[in-house]
Amino acid sequence: MKKTLIAAGFAVLLSPLAQAADYALDVKGAHAFINFKIKHLGYSWLTGRFNDFDGTFNYDAAAPDAAKISVTIDTKSIDSNHAERDKHLRGKDFLNVGKHPQANFVSTSIKDLGNDKLKVSGNFTLNGMTNPIIINAEKIGEGDDPWGGYRVGFSGTTTIALADYGITYNLGPASTHVDLELHIEGIKK
Amino acid sequence: MLKNTSQSYGWISILLHWLSAVVVIALFAVGFWMVDLNYYSEWYRTAPYYHKSVGLLLAFIILFRVLWRSRQINPKPLGKPFENKAATLVHRLIYLLMFSLFISGYLISTADGRGIDVFDWFTVPSIGELIANQEDIAGLIHEWLAYSLIALASVHALAAIKHHMIDKDNTLKRMLKPLEEKL
Repeated sequence: MKKTLIAAGFAVLLSPLAQAADYALDVKGAHAFINFKIKHLGYSWLTGRFNDFDGTFNYDAAAPDAAKISVTIDTKSIDSNHAERDKHLRGKDFLNVGKHPQANFVSTSIKDLGNDKLKVSGNFTLNGMTNPIIINAEKIGEGDDPWGGYRVGFSGTTTIALADYGITYNLGPASTHVDLELHIEGIKK
Repeated sequence: MLKNTSQSYGWISILLHWLSAVVVIALFAVGFWMVDLNYYSEWYRTAPYYHKSVGLLLAFIILFRVLWRSRQINPKPLGKPFENKAATLVHRLIYLLMFSLFISGYLISTADGRGIDVFDWFTVPSIGELIANQEDIAGLIHEWLAYSLIALASVHALAAIKHHMIDKDNTLKRMLKPLEEKL
């Protein structure tokens, strides 16, 4: 009984340090990045990014399994540093941004793997098609910032098959999958 | 008979006219075909390379052609007054469409700051990205201008044939070879 009371007392004392909170991705300050990587003919990696996206997440360091995240990407903002290639990627052969101007990810469950590692499961919609995916994530850090805010940041990677999203343009056998890499920092709302 | 007269075109105008016509049709055909090429087609890189190189060379040729034309007598129109007005309008529109195609095409490839290579002779530099999504907007404009130009050029050709076969006047003949001056 006494041990339980002491434990409860500690929990009450420590609880302000771990609070469930809503965070918004720091898009204005560009402290969030969505990058992609795909093989070129099997000879090198081509990397690029999406420049315009937004998202929110709910996170509590004491209960990471209860976290949620949702991100929406403006597919038109794809940028691989080459005008002709980006024009092709936005077209009907690939992202068809005229018909599908947004891609998004909504988490369905998050599992704490310990050591700040998280398994984020959710639904990813791209080119109008939705599939369940798993993002291997880790928390990079969290704390107060010098300007009165509170931030927490994560990195995550996942690999998707282009064919799962209706992208069937033949890029060769080494380029059937795209690696997505997210680096996000959220500011507590 | 290099220069124009009041009744006929000279060889330089004639050459410039037919060269432009052939190149415009060829550029349209290649452009129409190349956008559907697959990554593994051997023409995937070479067709755009030729389309852009020839397109830019044509731009310089048409520039010269407009300057040449401005310093020439131009043969008197042979049709009815409304036909002459229509012809002037269509001819000017064709020039306008061509220059707009050169500019819009240029803006597609140079949106990322990269210049366009004209064969391996020289590179036309980029003036940078002027608007967001420049390559897409310029691309759409370029495509629709191309269809418009071919449509208008077809009307132009049909009109010339009409003058030749129905009116039986010199409209077409004088763009095929310099005609003798009639007094």
